[in-house]
Amino acid sequence: MFESVSYIHVLGGGALIGLSALVLFSGIGRIAGICGIAFSLLAAPVSTQVWRLMFLAGLLIGTFLYHQISGQAFPPAPDTKLPLLIIGGLLVGFGTAMGNGCTSGHGICGLSRFSPRSITATLTFMVFAILSMFVFRHILDWSI
Amino acid sequence: MEKIIALIAGILFGAGLAASDMNNPERVQGFLDLLNWDPSLMFVMMGALLIAVPGFQYLLNKQGKPIFAVGFSLPAGKDIDKNLVIGSALFGIGWAIVGYCPGPAIASLVYGYQEVFIFVAAMLAGAKTQQFIFNTK
Repeated sequence: MFESVSYIHVLGGGALIGLSALVLFSGIGRIAGICGIAFSLLAAPVSTQVWRLMFLAGLLIGTFLYHQISGQAFPPAPDTKLPLLIIGGLLVGFGTAMGNGCTSGHGICGLSRFSPRSITATLTFMVFAILSMFVFRHILDWSI
Repeated sequence: MEKIIALIAGILFGAGLAASDMNNPERVQGFLDLLNWDPSLMFVMMGALLIAVPGFQYLLNKQGKPIFAVGFSLPAGKDIDKNLVIGSALFGIGWAIVGYCPGPAIASLVYGYQEVFIFVAAMLAGAKTQQFIFNTK
């Protein structure tokens, strides 16, 4: 399981994500929450929030460059049937918009600020993700 | 300057997602499946928090303001309300089904897989629906 990616990569990758959150917060005072950044672009004219577009462009560039430089192969596509792929996407979009944050905004930036809302959100999505994985895979026997 | 900082932060974030294998939905699902547990992603969170916790605490308590902006933009809400809990629960369910949270889903667009485009389109549609129903934005 760990052949292609070692713990050093995983820890180092995490540190890069933490560093990214710090660069954005110390530089321009913004929270590096991906859903907040992406979904704000849906709600207001892009011209008033170009920095968000730049951040998302960087996200793609950073992932691409990492694979180019390290030679690490691309990870696989999700092995999820079409209806579940769509339902999953809808739930992630609706849920993170409703809960005002995702793994990055609540899970990293929010926890680092010791925000009670983010601590609650992080515990909630972790518990529900683990419970649903158990139910879907081991009780309903879905191949997800 | 705002745009350059955002671009640099985005690149670091994207590289971190690729390096840590967060962009691999199989590995994320393995992390969420306690019966066949792959603990590696715990170290992503650990690596991120080791840097971000002291950094954020210093910035908020000592530094007091960002370098290129007048102040920190922090979420206005303080209450733990039902939207926060229900929304996070729905997110958790969707995360388990596919193995993508928003960051890795968007970063994985560069891999060119059709599944990623479908997932991201559905995710944006879900967010837009929420904004429409709750009229928050």
